[in-house]
Amino acid sequence: MTALAVRAAASRQALLAVAAPVLGLLAWHVATSGPGYHLIPPPSDVAVQWWDLAFGGVWDDLYSATLWTHTVASLSRVYGGFALAALVALPMGMLIGRIAVVRDLLDPSLQILRPIPVTAWLPLAMIVFGIGPRSAFFLVFLGAFYPILLNTVFGVRSVEGRLFEAAAMLGVGRQAMFWTVVLPASLPSIFTGLRLGLGFAWVVIVVGEMTGVQTGLGAIIMEARQLSRTEIVISGMVTIGVLGFLSDRAVQLLGRRLLRWSPQHG
Amino acid sequence: MGEVLEKPAAAGTVLPILDIRHVDKRFAFGAETITALSDATLRIGKGEFICLIGPSGCGKSTLLRMIAGFETASAGSLLMWGKPVAGPGPDRGMVFQDYGLFPWLTVSQNIAFGPIARGRPKAEAAATARRFVEMVGLTRFADAYPHQLSGGMKQRVAIARVLANDAEVVLMDEPFGALDAMTRERLQEELLEIWARAKLSIIFVTHAIEEAIILADRVVVMSPGPGRIIADERIALPRPRDPTGVEFNALRRHLSGLLGSHH
Ligand SMILES: Nc1ncnc2c1ncn2[C@@H]1O[C@H](COP(=O)(O)OP(=O)(O)OP(=O)(O)O)[C@@H](O)[C@H]1O
Ligand SMILES: [Mg+2]
Repeated sequence: MTALAVRAAASRQALLAVAAPVLGLLAWHVATSGPGYHLIPPPSDVAVQWWDLAFGGVWDDLYSATLWTHTVASLSRVYGGFALAALVALPMGMLIGRIAVVRDLLDPSLQILRPIPVTAWLPLAMIVFGIGPRSAFFLVFLGAFYPILLNTVFGVRSVEGRLFEAAAMLGVGRQAMFWTVVLPASLPSIFTGLRLGLGFAWVVIVVGEMTGVQTGLGAIIMEARQLSRTEIVISGMVTIGVLGFLSDRAVQLLGRRLLRWSPQHG
Repeated sequence: MGEVLEKPAAAGTVLPILDIRHVDKRFAFGAETITALSDATLRIGKGEFICLIGPSGCGKSTLLRMIAGFETASAGSLLMWGKPVAGPGPDRGMVFQDYGLFPWLTVSQNIAFGPIARGRPKAEAAATARRFVEMVGLTRFADAYPHQLSGGMKQRVAIARVLANDAEVVLMDEPFGALDAMTRERLQEELLEIWARAKLSIIFVTHAIEEAIILADRVVVMSPGPGRIIADERIALPRPRDPTGVEFNALRRHLSGLLGSHH
Protein backbone atom coordinates (compact mmCIF):
# COMPACT_ATOMS: atom_id res chain seq x y z
CA MET A 1 0.00 0.00 0.00
CA THR A 2 1.18 3.52 -0.68
CA ALA A 3 1.50 6.00 2.15
CA LEU A 4 -1.54 7.78 0.81
CA ALA A 5 -3.64 4.62 0.78
CA VAL A 6 -2.55 3.82 4.33
CA ARG A 7 -3.58 7.27 5.45
CA ALA A 8 -6.91 7.00 3.66
CA ALA A 9 -7.60 3.65 5.34
CA ALA A 10 -6.68 5.08 8.75
CA SER A 11 -8.95 8.10 8.39
CA ARG A 12 -11.77 5.87 7.16
CA GLN A 13 -11.38 3.75 10.29
CA ALA A 14 -11.33 6.84 12.52
CA LEU A 15 -14.44 8.17 10.80
CA LEU A 16 -16.32 4.93 11.39
CA ALA A 17 -15.20 4.79 15.02
CA VAL A 18 -16.59 8.28 15.61
CA ALA A 19 -19.77 7.71 13.62
CA ALA A 20 -21.54 5.52 16.19
CA PRO A 21 -21.06 7.84 19.20
CA VAL A 22 -22.11 10.85 17.11
CA LEU A 23 -25.28 9.09 16.03
CA GLY A 24 -25.87 8.02 19.62
CA LEU A 25 -25.46 11.58 20.85
CA LEU A 26 -27.87 12.81 18.20
CA ALA A 27 -30.50 10.24 19.15
CA TRP A 28 -30.02 11.10 22.82
CA HIS A 29 -30.39 14.79 22.03
CA VAL A 30 -33.56 14.31 19.95
CA ALA A 31 -35.13 12.04 22.55
CA THR A 32 -34.49 14.28 25.55
CA SER A 33 -34.57 17.92 24.48
CA GLY A 34 -38.29 18.22 23.81
CA PRO A 35 -40.45 19.99 26.41
CA GLY A 36 -42.03 17.85 29.07
CA TYR A 37 -39.30 15.25 29.37
CA HIS A 38 -37.09 15.70 32.42
CA LEU A 39 -35.99 12.25 33.62
CA ILE A 40 -32.81 12.13 31.56
CA PRO A 41 -30.99 15.38 30.77
CA PRO A 42 -29.97 16.18 27.19
CA PRO A 43 -26.28 15.86 26.24
CA SER A 44 -25.74 19.63 26.32
CA ASP A 45 -26.74 19.77 30.01
CA VAL A 46 -24.37 16.90 30.75
CA ALA A 47 -21.57 18.69 28.91
CA VAL A 48 -22.11 21.84 30.96
CA GLN A 49 -22.23 19.80 34.15
CA TRP A 50 -19.05 17.93 33.23
CA TRP A 51 -17.30 21.26 32.62
CA ASP A 52 -18.43 22.53 36.00
CA LEU A 53 -17.30 19.29 37.66
CA ALA A 54 -13.94 19.58 36.06
CA PHE A 55 -13.22 23.30 36.21
CA GLY A 56 -16.04 25.00 38.14
CA GLY A 57 -17.37 28.43 37.24
CA VAL A 58 -20.90 27.37 36.18
CA TRP A 59 -22.92 26.28 39.21
CA ASP A 60 -20.31 26.83 41.90
CA ASP A 61 -21.90 24.25 44.20
CA LEU A 62 -20.54 21.40 46.31
CA TYR A 63 -19.42 19.49 43.23
CA SER A 64 -17.77 22.24 41.22
CA ALA A 65 -14.13 21.60 40.29
CA THR A 66 -13.99 18.33 42.27
CA LEU A 67 -13.56 15.96 39.34
CA TRP A 68 -9.78 15.84 39.74
CA THR A 69 -10.01 14.78 43.40
CA HIS A 70 -12.49 12.03 42.62
CA THR A 71 -10.50 10.87 39.63
CA VAL A 72 -7.29 10.61 41.64
CA ALA A 73 -9.11 8.69 44.37
CA SER A 74 -10.56 6.23 41.85
CA LEU A 75 -7.30 5.89 39.94
CA SER A 76 -5.39 5.06 43.08
CA ARG A 77 -7.94 2.37 43.99
CA VAL A 78 -8.05 0.91 40.50
CA TYR A 79 -4.28 0.73 40.12
CA GLY A 80 -3.64 -0.12 43.76
CA GLY A 81 -6.16 -2.97 43.77
CA PHE A 82 -4.92 -4.12 40.39
CA ALA A 83 -1.27 -4.07 41.48
CA LEU A 84 -2.05 -6.05 44.61
CA ALA A 85 -4.09 -8.54 42.57
CA ALA A 86 -1.19 -8.98 40.16
CA LEU A 87 1.24 -9.37 43.03
CA VAL A 88 -0.78 -12.25 44.47
CA ALA A 89 -2.25 -13.81 41.33
CA LEU A 90 0.94 -14.03 39.24
CA PRO A 91 3.02 -16.16 41.62
CA MET A 92 -0.05 -18.12 42.69
CA GLY A 93 -0.97 -18.84 39.09
CA MET A 94 2.56 -19.97 38.29
CA LEU A 95 2.60 -22.32 41.27
CA ILE A 96 -0.84 -23.72 40.45
CA GLY A 97 0.09 -24.15 36.82
CA ARG A 98 3.45 -25.86 37.36
CA ILE A 99 3.20 -27.74 40.66
CA ALA A 100 0.62 -30.52 40.88
CA VAL A 101 0.40 -30.48 44.69
CA VAL A 102 -0.41 -26.77 44.75
CA ARG A 103 -2.95 -27.26 41.98
CA ASP A 104 -4.69 -30.08 43.82
CA LEU A 105 -4.66 -28.02 47.00
CA LEU A 106 -5.98 -24.71 45.68
CA ASP A 107 -7.74 -25.29 42.38
CA PRO A 108 -11.02 -26.82 43.68
CA SER A 109 -11.54 -24.02 46.21
CA LEU A 110 -10.79 -21.36 43.65
CA GLN A 111 -13.24 -22.92 41.21
CA ILE A 112 -15.97 -22.57 43.83
CA LEU A 113 -15.04 -19.04 44.83
CA ARG A 114 -14.71 -17.81 41.28
CA PRO A 115 -18.41 -17.74 40.24
CA ILE A 116 -19.31 -15.54 43.22
CA PRO A 117 -19.78 -12.07 41.76
CA VAL A 118 -17.88 -9.16 43.26
CA THR A 119 -21.15 -7.49 44.26
CA ALA A 120 -22.00 -10.47 46.47
CA TRP A 121 -18.82 -9.83 48.44
CA LEU A 122 -19.88 -6.28 49.23
CA PRO A 123 -21.62 -6.91 52.59
CA LEU A 124 -18.86 -9.18 53.83
CA ALA A 125 -16.19 -6.75 52.72
CA MET A 126 -17.87 -3.99 54.68
CA ILE A 127 -18.04 -6.15 57.79
CA VAL A 128 -14.41 -7.20 57.54
CA PHE A 129 -12.81 -4.03 56.23
CA GLY A 130 -15.29 -1.49 57.53
CA ILE A 131 -17.01 1.32 55.66
CA GLY A 132 -14.48 3.17 53.58
CA PRO A 133 -11.64 2.91 51.12
CA ARG A 134 -10.28 -0.40 52.36
CA SER A 135 -13.45 -2.21 51.29
CA ALA A 136 -13.33 -0.49 47.91
CA PHE A 137 -9.73 -1.52 47.53
CA PHE A 138 -10.57 -5.12 48.39
CA LEU A 139 -13.41 -5.33 45.88
CA VAL A 140 -11.26 -3.93 43.08
CA PHE A 141 -8.59 -6.43 44.06
CA LEU A 142 -11.12 -9.24 43.79
CA GLY A 143 -12.34 -8.08 40.41
CA ALA A 144 -8.85 -8.03 38.94
CA PHE A 145 -7.66 -11.19 40.66
CA TYR A 146 -9.37 -14.02 38.76
CA PRO A 147 -8.63 -12.97 35.19
CA ILE A 148 -4.95 -12.58 36.07
CA LEU A 149 -4.87 -15.88 37.94
CA LEU A 150 -6.69 -17.94 35.31
CA ASN A 151 -4.67 -16.62 32.39
CA THR A 152 -1.41 -17.14 34.25
CA VAL A 153 -2.35 -20.74 35.05
CA PHE A 154 -3.35 -21.29 31.45
CA GLY A 155 -0.16 -19.66 30.17
CA VAL A 156 2.31 -21.66 32.24
CA ARG A 157 0.42 -24.91 31.64
CA SER A 158 0.18 -24.65 27.89
CA VAL A 159 3.86 -24.24 27.08
CA GLU A 160 4.61 -26.38 24.05
CA GLY A 161 6.42 -29.58 25.07
CA ARG A 162 8.77 -29.22 22.15
CA LEU A 163 10.28 -26.06 23.70
CA PHE A 164 11.26 -27.98 26.84
CA GLU A 165 12.95 -30.60 24.67
CA ALA A 166 14.74 -27.94 22.66
CA ALA A 167 15.97 -26.21 25.80
CA ALA A 168 17.04 -29.48 27.44
CA MET A 169 19.05 -30.57 24.42
CA LEU A 170 20.77 -27.19 24.38
CA GLY A 171 21.90 -27.60 27.97
CA VAL A 172 19.20 -26.01 30.17
CA GLY A 173 18.81 -27.83 33.49
CA ARG A 174 15.58 -28.50 35.36
CA GLN A 175 15.87 -25.51 37.68
CA ALA A 176 16.61 -23.02 34.94
CA MET A 177 13.70 -24.25 32.80
CA PHE A 178 11.21 -21.96 34.52
CA TRP A 179 13.04 -18.72 33.80
CA THR A 180 14.36 -19.61 30.39
CA VAL A 181 11.29 -21.31 28.91
CA VAL A 182 8.11 -21.28 31.00
CA LEU A 183 8.08 -17.59 31.83
CA PRO A 184 8.83 -16.16 28.38
CA ALA A 185 6.56 -18.68 26.64
CA SER A 186 3.61 -17.78 28.87
CA LEU A 187 4.07 -14.00 28.68
CA PRO A 188 1.35 -13.50 26.04
CA SER A 189 -1.25 -15.24 28.24
CA ILE A 190 -0.04 -13.47 31.35
CA PHE A 191 -0.28 -10.20 29.52
CA THR A 192 -3.83 -10.96 28.38
CA GLY A 193 -4.68 -11.70 32.02
CA LEU A 194 -3.24 -8.39 33.19
CA ARG A 195 -5.13 -6.50 30.53
CA LEU A 196 -8.43 -8.19 31.40
CA GLY A 197 -7.71 -7.70 35.10
CA LEU A 198 -7.19 -3.99 34.68
CA GLY A 199 -10.40 -3.80 32.66
CA PHE A 200 -12.31 -5.55 35.44
CA ALA A 201 -10.76 -3.24 38.01
CA TRP A 202 -12.40 -0.35 36.18
CA VAL A 203 -15.68 -2.24 35.92
CA VAL A 204 -15.94 -2.90 39.64
CA ILE A 205 -14.74 0.51 40.80
CA VAL A 206 -18.31 1.85 41.09
CA VAL A 207 -19.38 -1.15 43.16
CA GLY A 208 -16.22 -0.79 45.18
CA GLU A 209 -17.00 2.84 45.91
CA MET A 210 -20.54 2.02 46.99
CA THR A 211 -18.98 1.08 50.30
CA GLY A 212 -19.45 4.52 51.73
CA VAL A 213 -16.25 6.21 50.69
CA GLN A 214 -16.37 10.01 50.42
CA THR A 215 -14.38 10.47 47.23
CA GLY A 216 -14.13 8.63 43.95
CA LEU A 217 -16.03 8.58 40.69
CA GLY A 218 -18.19 5.73 41.94
CA ALA A 219 -18.91 7.64 45.14
CA ILE A 220 -20.18 10.78 43.37
CA ILE A 221 -22.25 8.68 40.99
CA MET A 222 -24.03 7.03 43.92
CA GLU A 223 -24.37 10.30 45.80
CA ALA A 224 -25.68 12.23 42.79
CA ARG A 225 -28.22 9.49 42.18
CA GLN A 226 -29.73 10.08 45.61
CA LEU A 227 -29.85 13.82 44.90
CA SER A 228 -31.37 13.16 41.45
CA ARG A 229 -28.46 15.01 39.82
CA THR A 230 -28.52 12.76 36.77
CA GLU A 231 -26.13 15.03 34.83
CA ILE A 232 -23.48 14.28 37.43
CA VAL A 233 -24.22 10.54 37.20
CA ILE A 234 -23.71 10.62 33.45
CA SER A 235 -20.60 12.83 33.74
CA GLY A 236 -19.09 10.28 36.11
CA MET A 237 -19.96 7.44 33.74
CA VAL A 238 -18.36 9.21 30.79
CA THR A 239 -15.22 9.92 32.81
CA ILE A 240 -14.88 6.28 33.85
CA GLY A 241 -15.39 5.15 30.26
CA VAL A 242 -12.72 7.48 28.89
CA LEU A 243 -10.20 6.69 31.64
CA GLY A 244 -10.76 2.95 31.27
CA PHE A 245 -10.28 3.25 27.53
CA LEU A 246 -7.07 5.27 27.85
CA SER A 247 -5.68 2.90 30.44
CA ASP A 248 -6.39 -0.09 28.20
CA ARG A 249 -4.76 1.67 25.28
CA ALA A 250 -1.62 2.30 27.32
CA VAL A 251 -1.44 -1.36 28.33
CA GLN A 252 -1.96 -2.42 24.72
CA LEU A 253 0.89 -0.21 23.54
CA LEU A 254 3.12 -1.62 26.24
CA GLY A 255 2.18 -5.14 25.16
CA ARG A 256 2.96 -4.40 21.57
CA ARG A 257 6.45 -3.29 22.60
CA LEU A 258 7.17 -6.16 24.98
CA LEU A 259 5.59 -8.88 22.85
CA ARG A 260 6.88 -7.84 19.47
CA TRP A 261 7.83 -11.46 18.87
CA SER A 262 4.29 -12.73 19.24
CA PRO A 263 2.24 -12.75 16.03
CA GLN A 264 -0.90 -11.99 18.08
CA HIS A 265 0.55 -8.93 19.76
CA GLY A 266 3.36 -7.58 17.61
CA MET B 1 35.43 -36.64 3.02
CA GLY B 2 37.23 -39.69 1.72
CA GLU B 3 38.96 -40.30 5.01
CA VAL B 4 35.64 -40.22 6.83
CA LEU B 5 34.39 -43.06 4.69
CA GLU B 6 37.44 -45.17 5.45
CA LYS B 7 37.12 -44.78 9.20
CA PRO B 8 36.47 -48.30 10.56
CA ALA B 9 33.24 -47.50 12.36
CA ALA B 10 32.54 -51.03 13.44
CA ALA B 11 36.09 -52.10 14.16
CA GLY B 12 36.75 -53.25 17.68
CA THR B 13 39.80 -51.05 18.18
CA VAL B 14 38.06 -47.70 17.57
CA LEU B 15 35.52 -46.52 20.10
CA PRO B 16 32.31 -45.63 18.24
CA ILE B 17 30.77 -42.28 19.06
CA LEU B 18 27.40 -43.99 19.40
CA ASP B 19 26.92 -47.61 20.32
CA ILE B 20 23.34 -48.84 20.32
CA ARG B 21 23.01 -52.38 21.59
CA HIS B 22 19.90 -54.54 21.42
CA VAL B 23 17.59 -51.69 22.23
CA ASP B 24 13.85 -52.30 22.67
CA LYS B 25 11.26 -49.64 23.20
CA ARG B 26 7.75 -50.40 24.38
CA PHE B 27 5.00 -47.87 24.93
CA ALA B 28 1.98 -48.41 27.13
CA PHE B 29 -1.05 -47.72 24.99
CA GLY B 30 -4.10 -47.98 27.23
CA ALA B 31 -4.10 -51.57 28.45
CA GLU B 32 -1.86 -52.76 25.60
CA THR B 33 1.82 -52.31 25.05
CA ILE B 34 3.13 -51.28 21.65
CA THR B 35 6.59 -52.43 20.68
CA ALA B 36 7.91 -49.47 18.74
CA LEU B 37 11.44 -50.79 18.43
CA SER B 38 12.79 -54.29 18.73
CA ASP B 39 16.44 -55.33 19.14
CA ALA B 40 17.99 -52.33 17.43
CA THR B 41 21.76 -52.56 17.17
CA LEU B 42 23.79 -49.85 15.47
CA ARG B 43 27.34 -48.53 15.82
CA ILE B 44 28.17 -45.12 14.47
CA GLY B 45 31.68 -43.79 13.99
CA LYS B 46 32.77 -40.21 14.55
CA GLY B 47 32.10 -38.17 11.43
CA GLU B 48 29.68 -40.61 9.82
CA PHE B 49 26.55 -39.50 8.03
CA ILE B 50 23.77 -42.01 8.65
CA CYS B 51 20.36 -41.89 7.00
CA LEU B 52 17.49 -43.78 8.59
CA ILE B 53 14.71 -44.76 6.23
CA GLY B 54 11.62 -46.87 6.69
CA PRO B 55 7.85 -46.76 6.40
CA SER B 56 5.74 -44.68 8.74
CA GLY B 57 5.50 -46.06 12.26
CA CYS B 58 8.62 -48.23 12.12
CA GLY B 59 10.24 -46.40 15.05
CA LYS B 60 12.63 -43.96 13.37
CA SER B 61 11.61 -41.01 15.53
CA THR B 62 11.56 -43.24 18.58
CA LEU B 63 15.15 -44.33 18.00
CA LEU B 64 16.26 -40.74 17.42
CA ARG B 65 14.47 -39.53 20.55
CA MET B 66 16.15 -42.23 22.60
CA ILE B 67 19.58 -41.17 21.34
CA ALA B 68 18.66 -37.57 22.17
CA GLY B 69 17.73 -38.71 25.68
CA PHE B 70 14.07 -37.69 25.49
CA GLU B 71 12.98 -41.32 25.91
CA THR B 72 14.56 -44.18 27.84
CA ALA B 73 15.08 -47.66 26.39
CA SER B 74 12.89 -50.50 27.67
CA ALA B 75 15.79 -52.89 27.17
CA GLY B 76 19.34 -52.76 25.84
CA SER B 77 21.78 -49.91 26.11
CA LEU B 78 22.69 -46.68 24.33
CA LEU B 79 26.27 -45.52 24.79
CA MET B 80 27.93 -42.32 23.68
CA TRP B 81 31.72 -42.55 23.75
CA GLY B 82 31.18 -45.64 25.86
CA LYS B 83 29.05 -43.93 28.50
CA PRO B 84 25.30 -44.58 28.85
CA VAL B 85 23.04 -41.82 27.57
CA ALA B 86 21.25 -40.32 30.55
CA GLY B 87 18.88 -37.60 29.40
CA PRO B 88 19.26 -34.84 26.85
CA GLY B 89 22.52 -32.93 26.58
CA PRO B 90 24.29 -30.43 24.36
CA ASP B 91 26.64 -33.08 22.90
CA ARG B 92 23.64 -34.44 20.98
CA GLY B 93 21.79 -31.69 19.16
CA MET B 94 18.34 -32.33 17.74
CA VAL B 95 16.90 -30.58 14.70
CA PHE B 96 13.15 -30.96 14.93
CA GLN B 97 10.89 -31.19 11.92
CA ASP B 98 8.73 -28.43 13.41
CA TYR B 99 11.92 -26.46 14.21
CA GLY B 100 11.23 -25.94 17.93
CA LEU B 101 12.64 -22.41 17.84
CA PHE B 102 11.96 -20.10 20.77
CA PRO B 103 9.42 -17.63 19.36
CA TRP B 104 10.39 -14.88 21.80
CA LEU B 105 14.02 -14.82 20.69
CA THR B 106 15.46 -13.38 17.50
CA VAL B 107 17.47 -15.49 15.08
CA SER B 108 20.77 -14.60 16.72
CA GLN B 109 19.35 -14.96 20.23
CA ASN B 110 18.05 -18.41 19.35
CA ILE B 111 21.51 -19.38 18.17
CA ALA B 112 23.17 -17.85 21.25
CA PHE B 113 20.70 -19.66 23.53
CA GLY B 114 22.78 -22.82 23.94
CA PRO B 115 26.10 -21.13 24.72
CA ILE B 116 24.37 -18.85 27.24
CA ALA B 117 22.54 -21.78 28.84
CA ARG B 118 25.90 -23.46 29.30
CA GLY B 119 27.30 -20.41 31.07
CA ARG B 120 29.42 -18.83 28.34
CA PRO B 121 29.94 -15.07 28.70
CA LYS B 122 27.37 -12.97 26.83
CA ALA B 123 29.90 -11.37 24.48
CA GLU B 124 31.38 -14.71 23.51
CA ALA B 125 27.91 -16.17 22.89
CA ALA B 126 27.02 -13.19 20.72
CA ALA B 127 30.20 -13.62 18.68
CA THR B 128 29.46 -17.32 18.23
CA ALA B 129 25.91 -16.48 17.16
CA ARG B 130 27.20 -13.97 14.60
CA ARG B 131 29.52 -16.56 13.13
CA PHE B 132 26.80 -19.17 12.72
CA VAL B 133 24.19 -16.71 11.49
CA GLU B 134 26.62 -15.91 8.72
CA MET B 135 27.40 -19.56 8.11
CA VAL B 136 23.75 -20.36 7.38
CA GLY B 137 23.36 -17.19 5.33
CA LEU B 138 20.89 -15.33 7.56
CA THR B 139 22.90 -12.21 8.37
CA ARG B 140 20.14 -9.96 7.04
CA PHE B 141 17.63 -11.71 9.30
CA ALA B 142 19.75 -11.82 12.46
CA ASP B 143 17.25 -9.65 14.33
CA ALA B 144 14.07 -11.19 12.91
CA TYR B 145 11.74 -13.28 15.06
CA PRO B 146 10.87 -16.85 14.02
CA HIS B 147 7.34 -15.93 12.91
CA GLN B 148 8.88 -13.60 10.35
CA LEU B 149 10.89 -16.39 8.67
CA SER B 150 10.08 -18.93 5.97
CA GLY B 151 10.23 -22.66 6.71
CA GLY B 152 13.63 -23.06 5.09
CA MET B 153 15.04 -20.17 7.07
CA LYS B 154 13.68 -21.59 10.33
CA GLN B 155 15.25 -24.93 9.53
CA ARG B 156 18.61 -23.21 9.02
CA VAL B 157 18.28 -21.47 12.38
CA ALA B 158 17.52 -24.82 13.98
CA ILE B 159 20.66 -26.30 12.44
CA ALA B 160 22.81 -23.30 13.37
CA ARG B 161 21.51 -23.42 16.93
CA VAL B 162 22.74 -26.98 17.34
CA LEU B 163 26.11 -26.32 15.67
CA ALA B 164 26.74 -23.18 17.72
CA ASN B 165 26.39 -25.33 20.81
CA ASP B 166 29.29 -27.61 19.79
CA ALA B 167 27.08 -30.64 19.26
CA GLU B 168 29.13 -33.64 18.15
CA VAL B 169 26.14 -35.67 17.10
CA VAL B 170 23.37 -33.99 15.15
CA LEU B 171 20.01 -35.75 15.08
CA MET B 172 17.64 -34.67 12.33
CA ASP B 173 14.06 -35.95 12.12
CA GLU B 174 12.79 -35.38 8.58
CA PRO B 175 14.20 -31.87 8.67
CA PHE B 176 13.51 -31.06 5.05
CA GLY B 177 10.19 -32.86 4.76
CA ALA B 178 8.10 -29.70 4.77
CA LEU B 179 10.22 -27.77 2.26
CA ASP B 180 9.86 -27.33 -1.49
CA ALA B 181 12.19 -29.27 -3.77
CA MET B 182 14.50 -26.35 -4.54
CA THR B 183 15.01 -25.24 -0.96
CA ARG B 184 15.46 -28.84 0.00
CA GLU B 185 18.22 -29.36 -2.54
CA ARG B 186 20.05 -26.23 -1.48
CA LEU B 187 19.84 -27.16 2.19
CA GLN B 188 21.09 -30.66 1.42
CA GLU B 189 24.18 -29.17 -0.21
CA GLU B 190 24.73 -26.76 2.66
CA LEU B 191 24.31 -29.54 5.18
CA LEU B 192 26.94 -31.71 3.46
CA GLU B 193 29.33 -28.79 3.43
CA ILE B 194 28.81 -28.04 7.13
CA TRP B 195 29.04 -31.72 8.01
CA ALA B 196 32.39 -32.10 6.27
CA ARG B 197 33.77 -28.89 7.74
CA ALA B 198 32.63 -29.44 11.33
CA LYS B 199 33.40 -33.19 11.40
CA LEU B 200 29.91 -33.93 12.66
CA SER B 201 28.25 -37.25 13.13
CA ILE B 202 24.76 -37.01 11.69
CA ILE B 203 21.75 -39.26 11.98
CA PHE B 204 19.20 -38.10 9.48
CA VAL B 205 15.67 -39.53 9.27
CA THR B 206 13.94 -39.30 5.93
CA HIS B 207 11.12 -40.85 3.95
CA ALA B 208 12.83 -40.15 0.65
CA ILE B 209 15.16 -42.85 -0.67
CA GLU B 210 16.80 -40.41 -3.06
CA GLU B 211 17.58 -37.98 -0.27
CA ALA B 212 19.18 -40.79 1.73
CA ILE B 213 21.42 -41.80 -1.17
CA ILE B 214 22.44 -38.20 -1.85
CA LEU B 215 23.47 -37.61 1.74
CA ALA B 216 24.53 -40.74 3.54
CA ASP B 217 27.69 -42.72 4.19
CA ARG B 218 25.38 -45.48 5.37
CA VAL B 219 21.66 -45.96 4.84
CA VAL B 220 19.98 -47.84 7.64
CA VAL B 221 16.68 -49.40 6.59
CA MET B 222 13.95 -50.17 9.09
CA SER B 223 10.70 -52.10 8.87
CA PRO B 224 7.58 -51.88 11.01
CA GLY B 225 5.57 -54.17 13.23
CA PRO B 226 7.62 -54.20 15.42
CA GLY B 227 10.26 -51.67 14.32
CA ARG B 228 13.48 -53.43 13.37
CA ILE B 229 16.66 -52.62 11.49
CA ILE B 230 16.65 -54.82 8.37
CA ALA B 231 19.60 -53.47 6.41
CA ASP B 232 22.65 -51.25 6.75
CA GLU B 233 23.97 -50.25 3.33
CA ARG B 234 27.23 -48.42 2.78
CA ILE B 235 27.03 -45.80 0.01
CA ALA B 236 30.48 -45.58 -1.51
CA LEU B 237 29.68 -43.12 -4.31
CA PRO B 238 31.84 -40.01 -4.43
CA ARG B 239 30.17 -36.69 -3.59
CA PRO B 240 28.50 -34.69 -5.05
CA ARG B 241 26.29 -37.54 -6.14
CA ASP B 242 24.39 -37.57 -9.39
CA PRO B 243 20.82 -38.87 -8.98
CA THR B 244 20.70 -39.73 -12.68
CA GLY B 245 23.82 -41.91 -12.55
CA VAL B 246 23.69 -45.67 -13.14
CA GLU B 247 25.08 -46.67 -9.75
CA PHE B 248 22.76 -44.22 -8.01
CA ASN B 249 19.76 -45.82 -9.69
CA ALA B 250 20.93 -49.30 -8.88
CA LEU B 251 21.11 -48.29 -5.22
CA ARG B 252 17.71 -46.69 -5.43
CA ARG B 253 16.20 -49.88 -6.85
CA HIS B 254 17.94 -51.97 -4.24
CA LEU B 255 16.67 -49.85 -1.35
CA SER B 256 13.13 -49.65 -2.77
CA GLY B 257 13.17 -53.41 -2.98
CA LEU B 258 14.22 -53.69 0.66
CA LEU B 259 11.48 -51.30 1.74
CA GLY B 260 8.81 -52.85 -0.48
CA SER B 261 9.39 -56.45 0.53
CA HIS B 262 8.98 -55.69 4.21
CA HIS B 263 5.77 -53.71 4.11
N1 LIG C 1 4.56 -41.61 23.21
C1 LIG C 1 4.07 -42.70 22.59
N2 LIG C 1 3.08 -43.41 23.16
C2 LIG C 1 2.61 -44.54 22.56
N3 LIG C 1 3.02 -44.99 21.39
C3 LIG C 1 3.99 -44.32 20.76
C4 LIG C 1 4.57 -43.12 21.32
N4 LIG C 1 5.51 -42.66 20.47
C5 LIG C 1 5.52 -43.52 19.43
N5 LIG C 1 4.62 -44.52 19.60
C6 LIG C 1 4.38 -45.64 18.67
O1 LIG C 1 5.62 -46.17 18.29
C7 LIG C 1 5.61 -46.54 16.93
C8 LIG C 1 6.77 -45.88 16.21
O2 LIG C 1 6.57 -44.48 16.16
P1 LIG C 1 7.62 -43.48 15.53
O3 LIG C 1 7.09 -42.11 15.75
O4 LIG C 1 8.96 -43.77 16.06
O5 LIG C 1 7.54 -43.87 14.00
P2 LIG C 1 8.29 -43.19 12.77
O6 LIG C 1 9.10 -44.26 12.13
O7 LIG C 1 9.01 -41.97 13.19
O8 LIG C 1 7.07 -42.83 11.84
P3 LIG C 1 6.91 -41.57 10.84
O9 LIG C 1 7.73 -41.89 9.65
O10 LIG C 1 5.46 -41.57 10.53
O11 LIG C 1 7.39 -40.36 11.56
C9 LIG C 1 4.25 -46.15 16.38
O12 LIG C 1 3.44 -47.30 16.34
C10 LIG C 1 3.72 -45.20 17.39
O13 LIG C 1 2.33 -45.30 17.49
MG1 LIG D 1 8.76 -39.87 12.84
